[in-house]
Amino acid sequence: MAKTILAVLEQRENKLKKSAFEVVTTVSGLAKDLGLQTKAIVVGNDVDNLNEIAKYGVGDVTLFKNADLTNYSSSAYTDIVVNFAKEIEAEYIIFSDSSLGKDLAPRVAVKLNAGCLIDCVNLGASDGSVIATRPIYAGKALMDVKVTSPIKVITIRPNVFKALPVDGVNLNQTTKDVTSPDLSTKVVEFKKSEGKMDVAEADIIVSGGRGLKAPENFKLVEELADALGAAVGASRAAVDAGWRPHREQVGQTGKTVSPSLYVACGISGAIQHLAGMSSSKYIVAINKDKEAPIFGVADYGIAGDVFEILPELTKEIKKIKG
Amino acid sequence: MKIAVCVSHVPDTATKIKIGQDEKSIDPNGVTFIINPYDEYAVEEALKTKEKLGGDTEVIAISVGNDNSKESIRKALAMGVDKGVLLKDEKSRDSFAVAKALSEEIKSLGCELVFLGKQSVDYDNSIIGQLTAALLGYSCVSVVVGLNIEGNKITAEREIEGGKEVVEANLPAVITAQKGLNEPRYASLKGIMAAKKKTIEEKPAAASENFTEVLKLKLPEPKKPGRILGTDASAVPELVKLLRDEAKVI
Repeated sequence: MAKTILAVLEQRENKLKKSAFEVVTTVSGLAKDLGLQTKAIVVGNDVDNLNEIAKYGVGDVTLFKNADLTNYSSSAYTDIVVNFAKEIEAEYIIFSDSSLGKDLAPRVAVKLNAGCLIDCVNLGASDGSVIATRPIYAGKALMDVKVTSPIKVITIRPNVFKALPVDGVNLNQTTKDVTSPDLSTKVVEFKKSEGKMDVAEADIIVSGGRGLKAPENFKLVEELADALGAAVGASRAAVDAGWRPHREQVGQTGKTVSPSLYVACGISGAIQHLAGMSSSKYIVAINKDKEAPIFGVADYGIAGDVFEILPELTKEIKKIKG
Repeated sequence: MKIAVCVSHVPDTATKIKIGQDEKSIDPNGVTFIINPYDEYAVEEALKTKEKLGGDTEVIAISVGNDNSKESIRKALAMGVDKGVLLKDEKSRDSFAVAKALSEEIKSLGCELVFLGKQSVDYDNSIIGQLTAALLGYSCVSVVVGLNIEGNKITAEREIEGGKEVVEANLPAVITAQKGLNEPRYASLKGIMAAKKKTIEEKPAAASENFTEVLKLKLPEPKKPGRILGTDASAVPELVKLLRDEAKVI
């Protein structure tokens, strides 16, 4: 019997996340290249959109169900994933590199005596094994690396691998009730942040830096972000000055992001900032200093005054978005 | 209680990275190494916890690496950590092998509470804490921005996509620190002087195999030079047109 590659899929508030389908497509592709059979596991309670998994290429899904498992519990989730991986003799276990995936994957790896690679941006099959590419130094360099242990645990960066619908896969769902899960470590509450969207998950990011001169001027960045349906980001200078919360920081001591569009406003482009956003698909820079390093990575730039350009850009975007 | 804080010696974030001749590591020439920035939050939280618990609480800084890592241990000592342990290994270890060395030492020291930075800024492996916890059988909360310990019970706020999770767990535990958890103290002159008298115990790191193999490091493809469309708001319509028709991102 072929060995198995297992997709660990994340639900939040009883709905599979977008990144879960990225994992499904990735697992389905690797299975074809390596001759593996596929399975998926979801830990939660009532999950609304389980049937969508088959649309992305994996039919065999097992839901481990308990009302106390709607929220993440590292202790319980670890036990469940480890026991299932052992039962099906999984060779590869793939997670999304989300907050949950990053926390859970290494715990699972230890229990299975497996090597663990996180935050991979490319996975290729070569001679029957997977070669992973991971950004290091926040993207200043890339590392090709492979796992040498019999079982391999890998997390993939959200927003990089595409979720692609396929035809002809039927859903074969099993539900298992979990009795008395180990809830010794458990999430008891979720405090939603005020911002509308998180930079780590956004498809478009509008970021501001020291060039905005004062925290209240971030209103211009917020208005453009609203018009674009984007998340607000910030440079380290803006965060360290206390203008913006750390969760918005993009760069080496903040978040590394790869959105479709990154708009840098009043950001000069310190090396640690560039490291965190250079892999964005398109970059727009607005900065009055035309020598600023940010223009070195920007696809399109306007070397002018952010206070004049941002309101105009917001107005134009609103016009085409109707 | 004994508290461990694990520190890592890494290139400064302002460093421009060059690939070494072996193509499997970076060229260390001209690189300034510092204590991993996230580890400073870990050190601060360990010291704050000690101040709160009082009594005979002891904070021990542990690092896995070569002699150079002593510099980062020294930094932790200057901030107020009581003593240091360097687990020596000249060979490069993957995260599993580092966690193995740390967990063996933590076990033999009998530390019930362990702090680490949420990730090191070199290999961006944000898993050493979770691996160490799992090896020790300790509970673990990662990416922590708020922490309260009452007796045996831990309540921690953990930063996740779109908000914070409030997590409850029990000691013994591993906590990985995120920026925002606290404001790390500066080492005072007195602290720096005192650090010189504190001991750094050196011993070989516990043996462990690597579970991963680095094949090659490379630099990302340089971005093609872009276009400066103008110097004032008159360039905005062209920018919007390019974003819509050429980039197709809006």
